[in-house]
Amino acid sequence: MHSKAIACLIALAVLAGAAATGAAAEPIRIGAIFSVTGPASFLGEPERNTVKMLEESINKGGGVLGRPVEIVVYDDETDATKAVTAVDRLLKKDRVVAVVGPSTSGSTLAIVPKIEEAKIPLVSCAAAKKIVDPVKKWVFKTPQSDELAVKRIYQYAAKNGIKKVAIITASDAFGAAGREELKALAADAGIAIVADEVYGPKDTDMTAQLTKIKGTDAQAIVCWGTNPGPAVIARNRVQLGIKTPLYMSHGVASPKFIELAGAANAEGILLPAGRLISEPQVPAGHPQKKILAGYIKDYETKFKQPVSTFGGYAYDAIMLLVQAIQTAKSAEPAAIRDALEKIKGYNATTGEFNFSEKDHNGLTEEAFVMVRITKGDWEMLK
Amino acid sequence: MTAASALLQYVISGVTVGATYGLTALGFTVIYNTTEIINFAQGEFVMLGGMLAVFALRWGGVPLPLAVPLAVLIVTAVGVLVDRVTIRPMRGRSTLTLIIITIGMSILLRGGAMLLFGKDTFSLPAFSPGGPIEIGGATVLPQTLWVVGITLLTVAGMKVFFERTLSGKAMLACACDRKAASLMGIHVDSMVTLSFAFSALVGALGGVILAPITLTAYDVGILLGVKGFAACILGGLGNPFGAVVGGVILGVLESLGAGLVSSGYKDAVAFVILLGLLFVRPSGLFGASRAERV
Repeated sequence: MHSKAIACLIALAVLAGAAATGAAAEPIRIGAIFSVTGPASFLGEPERNTVKMLEESINKGGGVLGRPVEIVVYDDETDATKAVTAVDRLLKKDRVVAVVGPSTSGSTLAIVPKIEEAKIPLVSCAAAKKIVDPVKKWVFKTPQSDELAVKRIYQYAAKNGIKKVAIITASDAFGAAGREELKALAADAGIAIVADEVYGPKDTDMTAQLTKIKGTDAQAIVCWGTNPGPAVIARNRVQLGIKTPLYMSHGVASPKFIELAGAANAEGILLPAGRLISEPQVPAGHPQKKILAGYIKDYETKFKQPVSTFGGYAYDAIMLLVQAIQTAKSAEPAAIRDALEKIKGYNATTGEFNFSEKDHNGLTEEAFVMVRITKGDWEMLK
Repeated sequence: MTAASALLQYVISGVTVGATYGLTALGFTVIYNTTEIINFAQGEFVMLGGMLAVFALRWGGVPLPLAVPLAVLIVTAVGVLVDRVTIRPMRGRSTLTLIIITIGMSILLRGGAMLLFGKDTFSLPAFSPGGPIEIGGATVLPQTLWVVGITLLTVAGMKVFFERTLSGKAMLACACDRKAASLMGIHVDSMVTLSFAFSALVGALGGVILAPITLTAYDVGILLGVKGFAACILGGLGNPFGAVVGGVILGVLESLGAGLVSSGYKDAVAFVILLGLLFVRPSGLFGASRAERV
């Protein structure tokens, strides 16, 4: 059992910690900023739940280095400005040793200058490749970069004989980053982009863009955005009678997307997602199987609702920090950062993390599987 | 897909969204006609219509055919309440003061909806089942027919009300000259309350009929308010018929802009054309000049 493994590690750490420092029980304070409310609440809510659950289980097991862990969570309401205020509070008032989150790429990029100035490690839960490319000394992230998602989609599309795609992306940070990757990686995959449409993240009708796409000879449509835009696109596509296959980003890999789009409209949509989403279909021998099953069981028993891959990003962020604190035998920000960068072969819910000086995401496209939405559920594709 | 059917599709999409702009604009017009106030909480009435229907369905377990009229009724009551609590006590203040109060009201309603319903996006099931209907290579959702039908009925009803009924004429009289209307025995306060009830009603109608197509959230009122106001100006402030036509024109322009020019500039296209038109016809397409009204 995974939780047993943690308990063992923690027990060891308790012994080591107790021997080294006596019984000092000053809590290790970790900050967290999530979009618990607002348009990205489908990201932030499971993330907040997850870290609160981990805080409890870690402390039940004796804490880290013999010290309890305290996770201070702030809600940025899916607003970059509020994320900046929150990070200020975490750094100045709460005096945290590390920060996890924010949930969205825009908010993460907005707080990076503050993090670098304070020299505190940040493990972001947002997707954009820009967050860790170029590498920033203090910034790490757990979700697979959009670059990996695009590679996975193109790989799958090319294998299915697709040579021409139409892209439709949101005009926000996530969509714009995806659009760049989609355009940059197309040629390598042998794919031509025949239409490049954009929609406002608050738009409620994308039939005009889709009609334009319908008029091209695209063999597939790739949509990049987070809720609710892609749900509107899924609905409009069916409404317009477009049969062209629709690919989405990992930004919609949550049950909320299927709910908003409606199961009938979401039928057949393809997207890259972490293995968490279709855990029952992950083979028993897979190195991630144990941790996935453990997390899903713990989460679903506690919150009585299905897990999402986004909660997994937060799970990994906290567990990577715990791992780093244990190997560094210190909860000093600089020591945590150095230890994080040395983490190798660490299997988590998202994939196998191999951090290095040059790679602060530490994942390959192997962290993604292609899934198809079938009858309102996720079906893992071979 | 041929160019002609694409064009038809743009127009159909534009009309659907435009109808809600039109209903929002209609709400602006009704209140403007009796009070000369621009009610900036109009977009919030639209949002409340959609959200209340969603929550009557989710929380109350009220079936859809009942949830929709229930939502519209509640919003109408909210409209009356807005007038009683904020507008009536300020009677006699300048129009500008009252307009600022409506802005405050819109922020309050939006905040209240956020606290009550949360910040998530929600969807409402379509009023009638069935897939899209094909017409000349373009497709129409059954819900679109509901949207267009209800909009047409509403505008026809308004027209009859203002031109044929005593209350309607009394409301118009209040707009022309409150004092004179009052001296003629018209109960001005009731007329103002009635106009708020009406505008909330048409706003909420717009909200519930569009929610199955576009999804809804606590903050959709801001954009709808702006678009509705633009539609109102385009059609000629104070003209109910013009308001709805203005809304439809704005919707179609947006859709054509996104389809033919560039989807990135969708909102800009419509507003640029609106500005251009107002240079040529400052009173809007169907607006009478001020002098005629008195």
